[in-house]
Amino acid sequence: MSLRALLDNRLMPAIAIAAIVIILPLFFPSAYYYRIGALVFIFALAVVGLNLLMGFAGQVSLGHAGFMGIGAYSVAIGPVAFGAPSWLCLFAGAILSGTVAFAVGRPILRLKGHYLAVATLGFGLLVAIVLTNEAGWTGGPDGMSVPKLALFEWRVRGSDAWYWIAGTTFVVGFVLALNLMDSPTGRALHAIHDSEIAARVLGIDVARKKLTVFVISATYASVAGSYLALFNGHITPDSAGFLRSIELVAMVVLGGMGSIVGSLVGAAVLVVLPQVLTTFHEYEQALLGLIVMGFMIFLRQGIVPSIAAVFARWRK
Amino acid sequence: MAELLQFVSSGLTVGAIYALVGLGFTLIYKASDIINFAQGEFVMLGGMMTVFVAMADVPLPVAALIAAIVTAGVGLALHRFAIEPARGASPVVLIMITIGASIFLRGIAQIVFDKRFHSLPPLFGSDPIQFGGAAILPQSLAVLGGAAFIVILLWLFIERTLLGKAVIATSANRLAARLIGIDTRQIVDFSFVVSAVIGAIAGILITPIALTSYDVGTLLALKGFAAAMLGGIGSAPGAVVGGLLLGMIEAMTAGYLSSNYKDAVAFLIILIVLIAIPQGLFGRAKIERV
Repeated sequence: MSLRALLDNRLMPAIAIAAIVIILPLFFPSAYYYRIGALVFIFALAVVGLNLLMGFAGQVSLGHAGFMGIGAYSVAIGPVAFGAPSWLCLFAGAILSGTVAFAVGRPILRLKGHYLAVATLGFGLLVAIVLTNEAGWTGGPDGMSVPKLALFEWRVRGSDAWYWIAGTTFVVGFVLALNLMDSPTGRALHAIHDSEIAARVLGIDVARKKLTVFVISATYASVAGSYLALFNGHITPDSAGFLRSIELVAMVVLGGMGSIVGSLVGAAVLVVLPQVLTTFHEYEQALLGLIVMGFMIFLRQGIVPSIAAVFARWRK
Repeated sequence: MAELLQFVSSGLTVGAIYALVGLGFTLIYKASDIINFAQGEFVMLGGMMTVFVAMADVPLPVAALIAAIVTAGVGLALHRFAIEPARGASPVVLIMITIGASIFLRGIAQIVFDKRFHSLPPLFGSDPIQFGGAAILPQSLAVLGGAAFIVILLWLFIERTLLGKAVIATSANRLAARLIGIDTRQIVDFSFVVSAVIGAIAGILITPIALTSYDVGTLLALKGFAAAMLGGIGSAPGAVVGGLLLGMIEAMTAGYLSSNYKDAVAFLIILIVLIAIPQGLFGRAKIERV
């Protein structure tokens, strides 16, 4: 196979991402970096899912942290209350999130634009409120501790182990998302994004396709939420809160809507940035706000598409 | 009966504040199609700044005036330095800019002010007025009166002045408005300033009852946005009705059902209303041209 053919391969971005996952740890001086890396991949997973919904289908969700919360509390409550193994709870949580998305999505995806935004926002808040108030199950606002993940005899602990798990899962999620975009469903979503009416005229079942991608994106968020809970060992209802939802949307928009590679970049920026900014102590929040504004004003297409555009011009 | 009256009075008080925040959303949305999530920060700035200026032995009314003027300046700066440079960007990007701005303002507020809770002395004393068995705070009446005054003033302004007509023209069709010589940029400037002032006044009015701190803005923005959407975005009467309704639902739920679930019930009702009437209570159904 010639180099050219290799570069044009559809899976090239996935191979590149996998290479990054493998090579990056060579430059990690301490376990702390593994921790940040793991967090980036976990968030990136949720962001890829949300990007499918926002960037490809053009539907906003301001309540996606709700699904992360369902995933997170599944792996926290399941083992404690029912003695189920964590990995099983992770799958159960994903199925639960998908089912909830299916039930909720049918009515609310009929709404458009800002109305959809407020409806999803309401959904996310409902999840967070239930998690806060059902203290008997969830430990209330203080949250609860999450039993460590055990795979057969291997008890997963340490940031490096989580780095590899999160990195591998992200690559898998990435490939699945790429494939989905190349499928008839992906093309239908593109059509819906451009014009819902035109898509309907073409015979696309718009409501059904929107619902499909909503369920898929909820499942991604749920798995990411479970990982985050298992990795941190402790969760609070904030993990399902409004600010977390906003953070996810910010990651999508920052990296570039409709760019799956952008999801990783957006997650990386917003996970790493606060870590860097802690050195500025009390100026942290002000700087974070300023940087988000700056990125959005000057790279309004998102980081990856903006850079790609510059690159394309330069090649000409 | 006394109980019901008590809940109604607290519901209307909170609802009036939601209505003012919702009105701020509506005004900016009408002039520019932007959902300004920094709206809650205007409320925070109004309250916090009044508290801190008053601490420097400035009489309260003067402190409130200074707070309103500074907040107006912040609103103008938000439009000029953050929204204008990104003109033509997609709605989601513009929303992200306003969210960035609200994080920024919150960050600045915790440096300039502090992270503690603050209150203001009520306008007309703190002895509750007995009415039909319910104890009503004089400040509640101040909130309601202030909100009604703002709503009427805004309505008169929009309906009766040339500048108000220009706002209507801009919201109806920006290009056409520009063609007949309306400086639409100035109109948007103006809508940001007025929204900021409305927010600041809401903050000053509610602080004696609800306290304020650097981070009260997020929740208020959320509720105000929900109120505006409930009424139908872009409809000023809708925002007022939506706000009062939201406040009442919350107060009734807290009173009769469970105070833990007051926000949950409120949003559940909003979800149901939107599913039944997708354009909100007062919104016009959008007819899409193909």
